[in-house]
Amino acid sequence: MNKLNNRSELIALRKECAGALQLETKRVLVCAGTGCVSSGSMQIFERLKSLMEESNIPVSVELAHEPHGESVGLKECGCHGFCEMGPLVRIEPQGWLYTKTRLEDCEEIVGRTVLGGERIERLAFQKDGAAYPKQDEIPFYQKQTRLVLEHCGQIDATSIREYLGFGGYAALETALFDRTPDDVIDEIIKSNLRGRGGGGFPAGRKWAQVRRQTEPVKYIVCNGDEGDPGAFMDRSVMEGDPHRMLEGMMIAGLACGAQEGYIYVRAEYPLAVKRLRRAIAQAEELGLLGDNILGTEFCFTLHIARGAGAFVCGEGSALTASIEGKRGMPRVKPPRTVEHGLFDKPTVLNNVETFANVPLIITRGADWYKSIGPENSPGTKAFALTGNIVNTGLIEVPMGTTLREVIFDIGGGVRGGKAFKAVQIGGPSGGCLTADDLDLPLDFDSLKKAGAMIGSGGLVVMDEDTCMVEVARFFMHFTQNESCGKCVPCREGTKRMLAILERIVEGKGEEGDIELLLELADTITATALCGLGKSAASPVVSTIRSFRAEYEAHIREKRCPAGECQKLKRIWIDPVLCKGCSKCAKACPVNAITGQIKQPFSIDLSQCIRCESCIATCAFHAILEG
Amino acid sequence: MEQREFMTVDGIPVELNGEKNLLELIRKAGIKLPTFCYHSELSVYGACRMCMVETERGGLEAACSTPPKAGMVIKTNTERLRRYRKNILELLLANHCRDCTTCSNNGKCKLQDLAMRFNIEGVRFPNTAPQPQKDDSSLCIARDASKCILCGDCVRMCNEVQSVGAIDFAYRGSKMEISTAFGMPIAQSPCVGCGQCAAVCPTGAIVVRDNANRVWRALDDRGVKVTAQIAPAVRVALGREMGLREGENSMGKIVAALHRMGFDEVYDTSTGADLTVLEESEELLSHLESGAALPLFTSCCPAWVQFCEKSHPELLPHVSTCRSPMQMFASVIKEQEKTSSRRQFHVAVMPCTAKKFEAAREEFCVEGAPNVDAVITTQELIRMIKESGVVFEDLEPEALDMPFGMTSGAGVIFGVTGGVTEAVLRRLASDKSRGGLYTAALTGVRGMKSVKEARVPYLDREVRIAVVSGLSNAESLIQKILSGEERYDFVEVMACPGGCVSGAGQPYSASIGKAERGEGLYAVDRVSSIKRSEENSLVQSLYGDVLKGRVHELLHVDYVKDGGHNA
Repeated sequence: MNKLNNRSELIALRKECAGALQLETKRVLVCAGTGCVSSGSMQIFERLKSLMEESNIPVSVELAHEPHGESVGLKECGCHGFCEMGPLVRIEPQGWLYTKTRLEDCEEIVGRTVLGGERIERLAFQKDGAAYPKQDEIPFYQKQTRLVLEHCGQIDATSIREYLGFGGYAALETALFDRTPDDVIDEIIKSNLRGRGGGGFPAGRKWAQVRRQTEPVKYIVCNGDEGDPGAFMDRSVMEGDPHRMLEGMMIAGLACGAQEGYIYVRAEYPLAVKRLRRAIAQAEELGLLGDNILGTEFCFTLHIARGAGAFVCGEGSALTASIEGKRGMPRVKPPRTVEHGLFDKPTVLNNVETFANVPLIITRGADWYKSIGPENSPGTKAFALTGNIVNTGLIEVPMGTTLREVIFDIGGGVRGGKAFKAVQIGGPSGGCLTADDLDLPLDFDSLKKAGAMIGSGGLVVMDEDTCMVEVARFFMHFTQNESCGKCVPCREGTKRMLAILERIVEGKGEEGDIELLLELADTITATALCGLGKSAASPVVSTIRSFRAEYEAHIREKRCPAGECQKLKRIWIDPVLCKGCSKCAKACPVNAITGQIKQPFSIDLSQCIRCESCIATCAFHAILEG
Repeated sequence: MEQREFMTVDGIPVELNGEKNLLELIRKAGIKLPTFCYHSELSVYGACRMCMVETERGGLEAACSTPPKAGMVIKTNTERLRRYRKNILELLLANHCRDCTTCSNNGKCKLQDLAMRFNIEGVRFPNTAPQPQKDDSSLCIARDASKCILCGDCVRMCNEVQSVGAIDFAYRGSKMEISTAFGMPIAQSPCVGCGQCAAVCPTGAIVVRDNANRVWRALDDRGVKVTAQIAPAVRVALGREMGLREGENSMGKIVAALHRMGFDEVYDTSTGADLTVLEESEELLSHLESGAALPLFTSCCPAWVQFCEKSHPELLPHVSTCRSPMQMFASVIKEQEKTSSRRQFHVAVMPCTAKKFEAAREEFCVEGAPNVDAVITTQELIRMIKESGVVFEDLEPEALDMPFGMTSGAGVIFGVTGGVTEAVLRRLASDKSRGGLYTAALTGVRGMKSVKEARVPYLDREVRIAVVSGLSNAESLIQKILSGEERYDFVEVMACPGGCVSGAGQPYSASIGKAERGEGLYAVDRVSSIKRSEENSLVQSLYGDVLKGRVHELLHVDYVKDGGHNA
């Protein structure tokens, strides 16, 4: 591809790409997100490709430069979000979504669908006896508003030409030629775009602060260190629509006067790194990155920095330290990142989703953007649904959508017909919301008031069988493990909180433990150095607030009401049913069962490891749980 | 007139005077805000969270990292803050060895001190103090990682102030520790033995190696003659620990105390310094004449010599071949006493931890026996005096012994940055009047500034001099010299910021105290009747006697040939 030297060449190329897309009259989009790839979607892609070639179908796996007539586009696209039903294959122009596609289905897809235009019923999503062949009609998608994710699943995730064909880099073009940097910042301020990384700080204000700095060297940094357990929104954007994010960063660079940007991606996202590298190379080739972009004064280069596996590097100052090659450890503030950030220079630090919102705002305007969602939290938010939910996956809804809509209408409710118990929102820094909070609108301020936070957008749904003390222990274990070790309250405090929680779930809780947990939580929250530490205790505090009785049952009665805590599981022998055959005692690997022949046997629970082998051996069903 | 600005600390207005942070301002207001990780000479780390203060609206700020603002209202001592501080201390103690009575830092430990201040009466968490993890590989400092509270003071000292970088953080979270590269013994690391890490360590995790017992054993042995030399900086550092004024000269009392403890003869390292002045001046002149190996670097400071050996071996030919005053003096004393019937044991009382290593260097051994048998620091001296039961305040000062008890003021000022240079300038000056002394003092070599420059006319040329203290400052200067940006003829380097008065063997003192100690040495110089090293008749006589024909053998060393040992 030739370098684009000016605006008209960009417009021409966009037209050319759109034209080429038109000629792909049929499109087969195979999900190439991490979820579907791991369930074999790339093999499906290869099989479809060879089958089509064998059948002499004109197939284009890349958008053709000089198309000779119509063809079938077979593309690796980004995550559709409906990961539960993967591998997913979308068929256009019909808009069908084939779910749980297997390698064996490929021949049929080529033969019946591509050649015959026929639908394969069994691959359509089914629910309650009804089939939903069209993607848009599937309940999972119906209540969603996919803006940031609009291209994910719709376009070739590896092609800048498809991005251009769908109108890509129009926002950069507008910002470069029709607006001044101040206009751009004003637009972002007006849109009230708030940082999607957790804190919800207005992005426009941050940009304006960086723009004001007199230092000539500035940086734009994208935080792609998405580390919350169960969160994968940013990964999907980086994998599925990398150019949108790059475009957002370029616009930020233009607006703030920065010449260089860094994308900090977790090393656990190899596919995202690969796609971003490719996207950057493509943009450089076209001259959309580099010196004198589109013939203007604007110069901007982008680098990828891979994380080394520390959760805390999602914190701004630890992230910049990590890029600089230093130990990933947060530092005290002030100075703030906008003044002294990366390499001590003024730095804009936003997350992936925030940058991905920017092109939308520039092309469609702040007024349009503000019409979505509530006034103080406009726009949409991507959430990752995980846990005991029917539809695990990635969704995008307008801010202000209620938890109920997200979990029940989109997520399909709790898996296995169990009752809903709670949802952890915002990862280990967030809080637990209960059935009472289901009508809470999901936006920055409402969640903060409820003692939770939107965080980066992970939603972990828990059913009635989930022990909330165990949930608190799980998250505390995570945070404790991810503490950088710098400040005392986080390093030592989380360790002690974890030890107490571990004792409680093992049935060794003591009176006063809850109070001690709350006291430690207060100290850590008030005194820790960084956001990770300050929010480390949130899962504990919110579960104590909503499920205190569960803690008390563990501590006082040595009982786990949800029945999840292994060490508290009670296994006992019904003396009426027991015939005293001793078979169970022989089966017990730890000799916890004793008794005399023909007399009822008994289990010493302090020895018992809850392996349940006794239950399996008892012919009289005399060994019971609970 | 400029508007004066105030803020309110615990209800009292305090004037803002360019303080970098709230902590400095609060301390100025007379409030001892607790901290583990704050040192004004190090970067702000903000990890101990003990200095949190409450703002008017109930918010919490770490005082160390919050800039003061006019009109700000803060409280430093509220119920909440006390609770948090106690909790933090409790958390630290839960993970810390609590055998305070047998800890080498007993009585000097900040953790112990704050636990006492905040009346910590119990720890509600199980004691998970790790087993001792000792590293005794260095002759200068001893580490015990199990006593570390991870305040990072040592790391910042080693990296920022000394640019040695022997230690840093390793691992994360509750597994975090301070480590050398690959966990190697500290002696095999780039450590130069300056001991500044031990000086700032709030607990017993890094302490100065203690050689007092070896001295006691020698003193107890009737068949052994025990002599001592006392370094210049020691006499002005016993100050507060012994109920004196900081910087007050207590040499006479120290001599008296050592006599009481059983030392046979007590001398002053300043005498050795006079030898150094004479030798180093000659060396400088010959370098100036030949124009070779300029600048000439001083060699009195063993940590600096080690730094050169480990980080800048290419500069070793520029380092003076003069032994340090301690080693010059020791070889003279040992040589003189060689024929004595009693076995000799020579003790050096030093402000310095690196001297412990220097004394053990092979270059300074004769037939395998070191010239200095034991080096004790000022801190060890204080402990020994206390152990002996001698009431220091009540001692009548005593004079040095003969035959070596003659000193000059030039030798005494060796203990402060710029002193060596000034002494050499006095030697080289053609003007031997009192006015000449002032000229030397006013060249700009005095004061606690980290880098000082002087230009002194000598015969038909100008001698360019730099005086630097703190290895990080030395490193920057070296870079400038190597790049050709700066050119000097003579460079005095002391590893510790401020010179030997700030040595890691001294009782810890903030920078003001260090300056007072320096002033104390100049005061000693003012009242000494001999001002110039060459006027010390004892030193003159040595050249005609024990040093005759053996100057090089006894007073010089070849670090180029023998370098590369580990502190």
